[in-house]
Amino acid sequence: MTYRDAIREAIRKALQADDRVFLMGEDVGRYGGCYAVSKGLLAEFGPERIRDTPLSESAFVGAGIGASLGGMRPIVEIMTCNFSLLALDQIVNNAATFLHMSGGQFNVPVVIRMATGGGRQLAAQHSHSLEGWYAHIPGIKVLAPATLEDAHGMLLTALRDPDPVLIFENALLYNMEGELAADAGPIEIDHARVRRPGRDISVITYGNSLWKALEAAKVLGEKGIEAEVVDLRTLRPLDDRTLVESVSRTHRALIVDEGWRSGGISAEVSARLMEQALYDLDAPVERLCGAEVPMPYAAHMEAAAIPQVATISAAVERVVASHG
Amino acid sequence: MNGVREHRLELLRQMLLIRRFEEKCAELYTQQKIRGFLHLYIGEEAVGVGVIQSLRPEDAIVSTYREHGHALARGISAGSVMAEMFGKQEGCSRGRGGSMHLFDARTHFYGGNAVVGGGLPVAVGLALADKMRNQPRVTCCFFGDGAVAEGEFHESMNLSALWKLPVLFVCENNRYAMGTRLDVSHSVTDLTKKAAAYCVPAAAVDGMDVLAVEEAARSAAEHVRSGEGPFFLECRTYRFRAHSMYDPELYRDKAEVEEWKKRDPIPALIRTLETNGTKVDADVADLERRVAKEIDEAIAFAEAGTWEPVEDLLRFVYSDKGSST
Repeated sequence: MTYRDAIREAIRKALQADDRVFLMGEDVGRYGGCYAVSKGLLAEFGPERIRDTPLSESAFVGAGIGASLGGMRPIVEIMTCNFSLLALDQIVNNAATFLHMSGGQFNVPVVIRMATGGGRQLAAQHSHSLEGWYAHIPGIKVLAPATLEDAHGMLLTALRDPDPVLIFENALLYNMEGELAADAGPIEIDHARVRRPGRDISVITYGNSLWKALEAAKVLGEKGIEAEVVDLRTLRPLDDRTLVESVSRTHRALIVDEGWRSGGISAEVSARLMEQALYDLDAPVERLCGAEVPMPYAAHMEAAAIPQVATISAAVERVVASHG
Repeated sequence: MNGVREHRLELLRQMLLIRRFEEKCAELYTQQKIRGFLHLYIGEEAVGVGVIQSLRPEDAIVSTYREHGHALARGISAGSVMAEMFGKQEGCSRGRGGSMHLFDARTHFYGGNAVVGGGLPVAVGLALADKMRNQPRVTCCFFGDGAVAEGEFHESMNLSALWKLPVLFVCENNRYAMGTRLDVSHSVTDLTKKAAAYCVPAAAVDGMDVLAVEEAARSAAEHVRSGEGPFFLECRTYRFRAHSMYDPELYRDKAEVEEWKKRDPIPALIRTLETNGTKVDADVADLERRVAKEIDEAIAFAEAGTWEPVEDLLRFVYSDKGSST
């Protein structure tokens, strides 16, 4: 089974279990989803519940918000997070504000899924990682599943959430093979997870970078450096406690994400470590982020623009070697 | 005929309530009891009052930042609206919204939206939910001529027509998007043509005539309720006051404003009531007294209201942080 299949299974279960759930977005029906996530669901559930939309991001995201206010549980799919900018007004000015502006009267239980991340030579309008931006906004929750279990379970949990939840699926993960337990179901979204324990440094990351960090940790292990790899999983709200606990064990931290460095999610994590774990640190916290450039097309340039196993390994070695 | 006269007096009462309420709001603004932006509906009362006559209690309303009139015509109490503008927690949005963001779950009033055009997709979604749940409800979406230039208008027209959704789109065309006249911002100034381009049936009505608005809205709402899809009703109206309290009105002639004031919907309805020599002075005086009393009580309610404790600042960001839902 793939990551894509795990998401499809979650959508299928939700559609079977709850009449209020439906999926809408561009090409989710007849085309089968631009990343084939919803392939086959149209035949199973019909066009009312697997709803193809026109190329009107603002209208169909807004319609998801309105439908959730009207008692439905919509899953809105946006092809890539770059396109979500066309719906930014609806997400930021409406979904994130209605509960507050109405003094608690109107919650917005909408789930919005979108693809994120680079590495497919899709250049500067299909490859960015904007989840860190969204994590800036109070009123929404931001999830970034890296595993099959999370891709499946977080969607089910998001559908039970009374508030707007954005799910960022790194497009390179859709083909990732793995196992999903037969009894897999909703999974908690409140905690980061230590995916690999280690004593020498905490490598804090999420999404596709998690797998690169784990690969780097394996290579480093052969050199005697034991890196702990922490998967943020949820970018808003951040689970400070797990991060601080990890750093209090390892005394060093490297934060890895594909987003741009300035003002990004890594900056936020770094600031929180300074605020809450400074005296546990033996070395300055480092960030390894996307290069501050629109994503280039050429393969070698794109590879250089985002964190890779080799650059993660090098950064870890640098931080571990430094003394406070 | 008595029923007709009673009904018209009720329309007059609602328009007077909105007019006097907002005149008082302007005063309270200069006294700094009300702050932020304050957009007055004065001159446009016939639109909200007439349109809302066509709605049933279960119907939904999505509104704009110029929504005091819609809220009052919908039956949200003057006290809770005034308390909201005072920023008190007894306000209809607990003081979190203010003048531009009046919300009320009881009357299905989904807020004043202060991003022009931002409410239209939400109305489409509410109607989608109703259609999928087989609820015979109408969602009434108010917006101005300015919103018709936004992409969200065009996306929403297309989507609602495509999916045959029960939305009554009510365009309050007051001829100015803030200070930009219709013909300065639209290549096609007959707005009904834009709806027609999406196969959304459309009509235009004199928005200064509450009876005409009511009749047109009833017919439009009936179309929507019958399952035939959305309807676009353009109400041609005029804002007598400035866009907001900060507007020196450099963009229009005083003579134009005076010309439109001759079509003030309140005296117009009174004249209609007076046809055939019927006396209405006593009725109008009685309505003025009732409305004045209601507004006095609303102000007293707002004055007596309380400030939400600052410790509650982070409430209503997420439901699990102490929201009521």
